Amino acid sequence: MAQKEDISNGTKGMTVIVKTIASWVKVLIFLFGIYIILFGHLTPGGGFAGGVILASSYVLLMLAFGRESVEENLPLPLASKLDCLGAFLFALIAILGFVFGGVFFVNFLVEKYGQPFELLSAGTIPLSNVAIGLKVCASLFLVILTLSMCCKDFRPGTPSDGKE
Amino acid sequence: MAIFYVLLLFIIIAAIIAVETKNLLSSVICIGAIGFGGSLMFLFLRAPDIAITQVVVEVLGLIILIRATISRDLTFISGDREFFGMVVSVVIILAIFLAGMKVFDTSLPDFGSPIFTKVPEAASQTYIEQGLDKTGAANLVTSVILDYRAYDTLGEAAVLFTSIIGATVILRRKSRKRLEELD
Repeated sequence: MAQKEDISNGTKGMTVIVKTIASWVKVLIFLFGIYIILFGHLTPGGGFAGGVILASSYVLLMLAFGRESVEENLPLPLASKLDCLGAFLFALIAILGFVFGGVFFVNFLVEKYGQPFELLSAGTIPLSNVAIGLKVCASLFLVILTLSMCCKDFRPGTPSDGKE
Repeated sequence: MAIFYVLLLFIIIAAIIAVETKNLLSSVICIGAIGFGGSLMFLFLRAPDIAITQVVVEVLGLIILIRATISRDLTFISGDREFFGMVVSVVIILAIFLAGMKVFDTSLPDFGSPIFTKVPEAASQTYIEQGLDKTGAANLVTSVILDYRAYDTLGEAAVLFTSIIGATVILRRKSRKRLEELD
């Protein structure tokens, strides 16, 4: 890439312009992902799309600031724990449906709270959206983290350009 | 309806360029163009959920592919394609396509018109009529994928989980170190 010569002396990542813009934009992308997840039962979107948006905010950080800064923020063991937590929550909602409603995956909370078109409505659907969003975010982040490690370590002869 | 033909022409041209070009980076960019064309098509077909997912996944996949192609030394494809095999495969695919056109010509609904407008007892009629009352979700797509068809979503999550486990086990640092020691 064109940004191979590092202008900000010594530190890893891309140029100062990219770093500045990324540090402004990352919060907006992260908030938009959370909005897409939480309002998935009211507006277009849902757990999967919102989780991918959350993961892409981390990918932006990884491209701009280098892999090490992202690993400080969200280390690999924590990411894999979040991945497992999302899968566990989704399965737990399904089993709770079996316990309270008698059928696997039944929407046992739908009568309990909220009217339609409110944020707190639709029973277990927002909870499932949150679980799936957590899971998708963590797992796509893990994919890119492991792939970037792989790219770096399989080419030991070439100088590291810092963005991996 | 003309917008769909324009988008279809754009997608087909991008697909041909993606296969035929020698430069790997332009091939990856053409794949991205295919994805964004498909996303626009979903948007014009009034399926914003799928359009959002398509755009987001396309961006992430494009980043991964560009990182993979840039960091490799080999960015140009060398060597010619085998002419005979290409002709045979094109003829076979064209024959299957024409046979399918012949078979499904009368029974399929028009492009862009869903099947429940023709079939009154389709399952999607039930979802549209009772979905808001039974699930309470204003977005009917979410009520289908997380309530009526939640098993499918569970299967999808299981597939994602299993593939991530495989990828992290194969690519993690510890296993690679052990492989290097063996070498």
